[in-house]
Amino acid sequence: MSSLTREEVEKVSLLARLRLSEEELSTMTEQMSQIVSYVELLEEVNTDDVEPMAHAVEQHNIFAEDAVHQSLPREAALANAPKRDDECFRVPAVLGD
Amino acid sequence: MALYEASATQLLSQLESGELTSVEVTQACLDRIREHDGSVGAFLKVMDEKALAKAAEVDRKRKAGEELGVLAGVPVAVKDLLCTEGEVTTCASKMLENFVPPYSSTVIKKLEAADAVIIGKTNMDEFAMGGSTENSALGKTRNPWNTDLVPGGSSGGAAACLAAQMVPLSIGTDTGGSIRQPASFCGVVGLKPTYGRVSRFGLIAFTSSLDQIGPMARTAEDTALFLEAISGHDPQDSTSAAVACPLFSKSVDQPLEGLRIGLVKEHFGEGLDGEVEKAVREAVAVYEKLGAKVVDISLPHNKYGIATYYIIAPSEASSNLARFDGAHYGHRCDEATMLEELQKEAEALEAANDKEGLRKMDTPLIRMYRQSRAEGFGPEVKRRIMLGTYTLSAGYYDAFYLKALKVRRLIREDYDKAFKAVDLIVGPTAPNPAFAAGSKTNDPLAMYLEDLYTVTANLAGIPAMSIPCGMTSGGLPVGLHMQAPALEEDRLLRAAYMFQKETDWHAKTPSL
Repeated sequence: MSSLTREEVEKVSLLARLRLSEEELSTMTEQMSQIVSYVELLEEVNTDDVEPMAHAVEQHNIFAEDAVHQSLPREAALANAPKRDDECFRVPAVLGD
Repeated sequence: MALYEASATQLLSQLESGELTSVEVTQACLDRIREHDGSVGAFLKVMDEKALAKAAEVDRKRKAGEELGVLAGVPVAVKDLLCTEGEVTTCASKMLENFVPPYSSTVIKKLEAADAVIIGKTNMDEFAMGGSTENSALGKTRNPWNTDLVPGGSSGGAAACLAAQMVPLSIGTDTGGSIRQPASFCGVVGLKPTYGRVSRFGLIAFTSSLDQIGPMARTAEDTALFLEAISGHDPQDSTSAAVACPLFSKSVDQPLEGLRIGLVKEHFGEGLDGEVEKAVREAVAVYEKLGAKVVDISLPHNKYGIATYYIIAPSEASSNLARFDGAHYGHRCDEATMLEELQKEAEALEAANDKEGLRKMDTPLIRMYRQSRAEGFGPEVKRRIMLGTYTLSAGYYDAFYLKALKVRRLIREDYDKAFKAVDLIVGPTAPNPAFAAGSKTNDPLAMYLEDLYTVTANLAGIPAMSIPCGMTSGGLPVGLHMQAPALEEDRLLRAAYMFQKETDWHAKTPSL
């Protein structure tokens, strides 16, 4: 059984933009290890020369017409913002203070 | 017959003949919800005023002889992950507890165009992740047959409100079995259409390549009519199938001659409950009596369905749920507390002269994302985001994600081969009847195995349906699962109707 280390799980939690408590990290490490060893079942399938299938229906590009059209009005786009001013979403400082 | 017992088809004929008004029907549903939803918990929101206003409007139009849509005046419940303009749409998550979409999903627009009366929003597993509706952050839904049991999931509220006869029609979504398994647990009909048959525009996405919106009802005729109302090509969804939508309701009562039914030997193995197996075999005997031929078939890659699904679904989920960042909409942590905490951490690291720790510290923006998401998402959603991020991360992408996509093709090829020999594949919907609330919540893998028979239809994109086909000795419904080739919903609905004519399992109702 393959198992994940707590450090790996912690690293994934940063990539996933999730902050996990100490307790959550322990449970997550255990449960992810269990699930990952289960999905390793796929190793026994021979997939040489098999094309990956990303979609249920074979997709081709669907091009939109290059035309100007009405977009969501700014007020509607901002209406659910947790924090905003008149025209922008507001977030904590990205550079410096 | 009480109004709440009537099917949508029956209601429509009475509405059309003038024996009934939509206001009467809508009020009967609202009364039923008020009386019983306290113990069932199917609804997150009941839209009394809007529903009655719409009903009155339909009655007026009908009286004036104006043109009406195909569901004119019939109450419909909607799973709370379809964006509905001006109405809070939560996905049963704290993340979206106060989210009011600025536009409506195509399915909502189609229901409005069909003159249906949208009566409320139903409970579900958070972001449609789960098989029991226990992952809802906003309330519990119970199985109307026995309130100690789960209704199934993730469309648990959608199935429970039908079983409790609160509405005749209900919209569900199915990513790995989320329409069919709760339909089976609650003794109602649920159909997952072919991928692309129903537009996903405005559906809050979980796994874009597997998610499908579908009809849930109490009879095959209602399901056919309902599917007709919500199907069709949509230019706003680039994955929507550009095919004509057949009039399913016109063909549903035509029996299938010379039907070849495939029984999958892998479906009757370890893990299948004995009483479920018995009910399914008896249902197959009903078809044989009607002249169907039973053919034993094999889907050799069936056993890899769950593993394939639990790589692909979390991978796509981790990407789809990245949009919930606390910046644009949804829950955001308290900024002052967050900054204060960050400051304290920095001071502690400085005091300990921990340079490495200081270097690795979150910036305020990253911490805002992480803290908001930590507070907004429940445990199952976090688990899947973590799994998906892991299987897509450098070094694991080929071994997990790419491998799963290859096995997905093999699963699809098994079906292509099988459908050369049979018209329908028939088996159990779920390996067991409804289980006790709380019994699988600490064992994610056991919960995932609930989807054993249903996930492969999503992976292959084919239509599949669950209909009530029996009852356990403990009085719990059992579902019969039927799968057909892509775009052959017509075949599923006609087969369901044939069965319904011979049996009365679909007419059984729980005593509330």
